[in-house]
Amino acid sequence: MKNRDVVLSVRGLSVSYLARRGRVRAVNNVSFDLHAGETLAFIGESGCGKSTLNLALIRTLPKAASIDAGQALYTDRSGTLIDVMKLSDRAMKQFLWSECSMVFQGALNSLNPVLRISEMVYDTAAAHGMDRKMAQKEALGLFEKVRLDAHRVFNSYPHELSGGMRQRVLLAVALLLRPQIVIMDEPTTAVDILTQRSILDVLKELRAELNFSTIFISHDLAVAAEIADTIATMYAGDIVEIGPVEEVFYRPKHAYTLSLLDAAPRLSFGHEELDSIPGSPPDLIAPPPGCKFHERCRFATERCAAQVPPTEIVAPADDQQQAHLVACFERTAVAQAQRRRMGVNA
Amino acid sequence: MSTPLLELRDVYRSFEKDRVTIPVLQDINLAVHENEILCIVGESGCGKTTTGKIIAGLNDPSSGSVLIRGRERATFTKEEQSKLRREFQIVHQDPFASLNPAHTIEQILSFPLKRHKLVSDRASLRRRIWELLTLVDLTPPGDIVNKYPHQLSGGQRQRVSIARALTVQPRLIVADEAVSMVDVSIRVGILKMLHQLRAEFGMSIVFITHDLALAKYFAWEGRIAVMYLGRIVEIGRTPDVIGNPAHPYTRALLAAVPEADPDITRRKQPMRLRSDDIPKLTAIPRGCAFHPRCPFFVPGTCDHDVPTLAPSAEHPQEFACTPLQQEGSLQPYAT
Ligand SMILES: Nc1ncnc2c1ncn2[C@@H]1O[C@H](COP(=O)(O)OP(=O)(O)OP(=O)(O)O)[C@@H](O)[C@H]1O
Ligand SMILES: Nc1ncnc2c1ncn2[C@@H]1O[C@H](COP(=O)(O)OP(=O)(O)OP(=O)(O)O)[C@@H](O)[C@H]1O
Ligand SMILES: [Mg+2]
Ligand SMILES: [Mg+2]
Repeated sequence: MKNRDVVLSVRGLSVSYLARRGRVRAVNNVSFDLHAGETLAFIGESGCGKSTLNLALIRTLPKAASIDAGQALYTDRSGTLIDVMKLSDRAMKQFLWSECSMVFQGALNSLNPVLRISEMVYDTAAAHGMDRKMAQKEALGLFEKVRLDAHRVFNSYPHELSGGMRQRVLLAVALLLRPQIVIMDEPTTAVDILTQRSILDVLKELRAELNFSTIFISHDLAVAAEIADTIATMYAGDIVEIGPVEEVFYRPKHAYTLSLLDAAPRLSFGHEELDSIPGSPPDLIAPPPGCKFHERCRFATERCAAQVPPTEIVAPADDQQQAHLVACFERTAVAQAQRRRMGVNA
Repeated sequence: MSTPLLELRDVYRSFEKDRVTIPVLQDINLAVHENEILCIVGESGCGKTTTGKIIAGLNDPSSGSVLIRGRERATFTKEEQSKLRREFQIVHQDPFASLNPAHTIEQILSFPLKRHKLVSDRASLRRRIWELLTLVDLTPPGDIVNKYPHQLSGGQRQRVSIARALTVQPRLIVADEAVSMVDVSIRVGILKMLHQLRAEFGMSIVFITHDLALAKYFAWEGRIAVMYLGRIVEIGRTPDVIGNPAHPYTRALLAAVPEADPDITRRKQPMRLRSDDIPKLTAIPRGCAFHPRCPFFVPGTCDHDVPTLAPSAEHPQEFACTPLQQEGSLQPYAT
């Protein structure tokens, strides 16, 4: 970890949706810390709650959702501690963009087609008391940093820009008010390889220069492996494993993380044996008892079906990195399987 | 080698848009053999789907020819053509768009079986549907047959579209981004199933994807074709193309792909292109279409003649890069 100051400390956060069939428990008692300058990546299958969790952090959930429990303690630049979950709506409006901003999933395809990029910049700035001149100057500077033809792009309509350019615009605008945290939800999904490369490179450059913290959501393990300091695996609304990127990739302790790794092809590994995960993620209205993954897990025992595994520390934090935490009864078996796997493929 | 199941010869395809002719495919020469896996990769708009549709017979070349077992498709009689449509099937990216939401899975699978008179009575129809669902691992079939597409997960829907393609016992399946929308965790299962079907029935598979790691995995024993702006720039056995790429565009793609391994992905050597902009199909650069972006650009050569596909001493695969073919190595272009 570049810097040990915690900027965001989430504790016991639960979010649910009220649907016709019942209550969808999309995020369950989730806790994690985000440090200054750190990039934390959430991975996990579609529907596991990645977007819901992050929308809750900026309180931009759809109407059907409710935050049922938990805190999100944010430390601002002056050192004041704020519980984001308790902010008034007005204070929340200020918080968004100036303390924490988000590049939404699919946003590059849903920009308002009749608004020039400049108008989008002015609107965002005006809501936070930044005047047009200042906004333009800041935006042009950031556009340069994300390697855009700044003046041309500033005066363009969204449709005049490629997907990769739009995504870089969104990243630049997210940084306009210099927030401490930027959340990016699947920013490179459905873009081409070379476009993805330029987005990742630009993000890394900006991060090094401006030292903001990033929450990065991706179902693509390869992207997470490259960009993240810390990885959090989510399954059915739970964080089942969280730890430093090398720990999680080379010494995974949760059966689900291992199964995800087993399913991901790696370009430079020649011929590989891969395995899919049987079945599909559980219904979040009536999730299975015990460990929610047990029905699909090759390590599961009777205990897994009966008891909820507690979250335990498997490697403590040090001044370089976060602790490695996991909620899996069979982590010894998982570790053994991983050693065999590394032996075979290395 | 024996006569290929299918061959594209000098295929050119264009579309008219606002009175402008857009050349979408140029000089495509490609053979697909019985029981072979051929992967087509490349960025959005390079012509993968158009090629797939021409292979599947959903589209025809503007010029050039399609040979089926050595015979021009254009000379087939109506009857032969309809038989051909059964032999060549396509599975699309979005099963939601291709499965009728008002029909149950049983109905969806029944239609082609009845239309092509592949079953004689109700009992054999039912047996065949059970068989097909078992083949694509949708078991027990009894749980599936009465469901509607929206009641299935994305992965299950994609299995249904594969089962539907199999109703007519095809010789070739074009899988166009068939697993792009399903989760990583479930993808591999579908790919393994396709492998198995190929082994069991001797089918050929044309697998279209923009995901190189997936292409590597799926086509390890087959071939990969890399397309750029409507042309094949490199084609050969998968281990050759992935392990020792020749064309600068292939090299750029491989260098750009992140890997699901923190050390490897962070140690990867980047390859900076001279430009990030992909030219429009209405203004394809002269000579090698990649030359304005290529870090190994040789003025006078690359911007002059269209390079032809050929192997070299170091590269058994065919690639279209004149300097590499002539010099055996590439030098950075100094501005
Ligand atoms: N408006 C809603 N009403 C009811 N349920 C919802 C709503 N939005 C999301 N959900 C459910 O909440 C769960 C979590 O969804 P979420 O979008 O957070 O997942 P995700 O991990 O971001 O998935 P993806 O990778 O597909 O983006 C899913 O089961 C989803 O079906
Ligand atoms: N019917 C059509 N009319 C006009 N243009 C078309 C038509 N079909 C395809 N094109 C154009 O041909 C080009 C190649 O399209 P194609 O769908 O083959 O690309 P692709 O490689 O499959 O891309 P993607 O990865 O986005 O699916 C694109 O520029 C597309 O807009
Ligand atoms: Mg999401
Ligand atoms: Mg396509």
